[in-house]
Amino acid sequence: MISLSSGILSIVGLAFVVLFGLLMVVLPVIKRPRPGRDLRPLRALTRLRHALSLTVEAGTRFHISLGRGEITHPRTASAFVGLSAAHRLVEATAISDRPAIITAGTGPLGILARSTLHSAYATGAQTNRYRPAYGRVTGLTPFAYAAGAMLAARDDAAAANFLSGSFGAEVALMADGMAGEDTLTVGGTDSVAAQAVLYAAADEPLIGEEVFASGAYLNAGALHGTSLLTQDIFRWLLILAIVGGAIVKMLGVLP
Amino acid sequence: MKMKSPLATAVAMAVGLVVLFGYFFPLPVFTGLRTLLLQWALILAGTALFVGMVNLSQYHWAQIRNRRKPLGSLVVMISLWLTFALALYASPASAPIQWLFNAIIVPTSVALLGLLAFTLAYAAVRLPRRRPGLMAVLFLGTAVLIMLGAVALPGMGMLPFIGDTLRPWLAQVPAAAGARGILLGVALGTVATGLRILLGSDRPYGE
Repeated sequence: MISLSSGILSIVGLAFVVLFGLLMVVLPVIKRPRPGRDLRPLRALTRLRHALSLTVEAGTRFHISLGRGEITHPRTASAFVGLSAAHRLVEATAISDRPAIITAGTGPLGILARSTLHSAYATGAQTNRYRPAYGRVTGLTPFAYAAGAMLAARDDAAAANFLSGSFGAEVALMADGMAGEDTLTVGGTDSVAAQAVLYAAADEPLIGEEVFASGAYLNAGALHGTSLLTQDIFRWLLILAIVGGAIVKMLGVLP
Repeated sequence: MKMKSPLATAVAMAVGLVVLFGYFFPLPVFTGLRTLLLQWALILAGTALFVGMVNLSQYHWAQIRNRRKPLGSLVVMISLWLTFALALYASPASAPIQWLFNAIIVPTSVALLGLLAFTLAYAAVRLPRRRPGLMAVLFLGTAVLIMLGAVALPGMGMLPFIGDTLRPWLAQVPAAAGARGILLGVALGTVATGLRILLGSDRPYGE
């Protein structure tokens, strides 16, 4: 039996999701997206794009770290964004002498990493160059994963590291271990504590929802740009609702 | 982008929609299906854990064969499969496995946590030089104040004002407000990511 209040909340929640989805689909029809031109400058992602062109030209390696998100948990969302970005990065570096590698800290993410790698190589018609070893599970506990990912980046001489997924404080060790004279580490996660740690330890941290914007900045897919715009619209709506609610409460209209 | 596997995309979208409706409307038809699908996901995740172990072993086996740091890889391989065999034989809750966990994994993790404290302190000190600006100074200053307010100093005890007023205020007002703002942004990003997968735009399960 569903109570009236939880029923109303469910309808509001579903309406929120449906409206979000509708806007994502309708916005590109109203305003034709111009990939890469409608985006505000984000230093971390601009440097990531620059590093991508450098790795292709200089033949250096890209390392994408997906963290330890469980697929049955909402915290995997940042790893899924990492996979979208990884598809684009792998596709761009597939013809390079030193193709990109992906590390994961759970079995499911390891499988998805290999699937993404295979798919990216297939998109670039480079299937013969694909090696399963480019996608690795480097450890199954937080610190084991951190140590394994650090070693993978070091051993394969990664010049750029992109950390996008679910991490804990151990991400500081990873960022520190991957740091070098000519390396770039861009990191983003959904955990507030890990974001604070990345702010201090990474070359370029991605704060808040910035980690979810990487796909749009790397042209990972048609809906990435519009979903970013939809996020912005809903963020402003939420800000208005919070400020409005605070004013109404101050005026004593709400109990 | 050309969709090479419409069946996989259709199945993913259908499963996603059922789970989503089951979350919002706990009607028996949805909740039953949702629970069943989530149970399948858990079983698959368990199987994927084993696949992850195989993947880890494949990589280290290649390292041993190519003589690239073979000793470390050998230690990883032996300890991984020995622990796995022992857990299969004696059950994961048995005394030997508990001993392995308490005597090896916990101390190693704690040692790395200790290292983490130094790494973070060092990173925070380097921050104003690496990314000069007001935010870096603010970050470092706040971190120092929080640390000073959290511990009793030798011979001085807890610092007055910093420990009982400033630190709680910093943690409960600006930090909590900032964290809530960040979490709202993360939630919107999570919804957008989920919808992209539901709409078949992102296909982490391949093309």
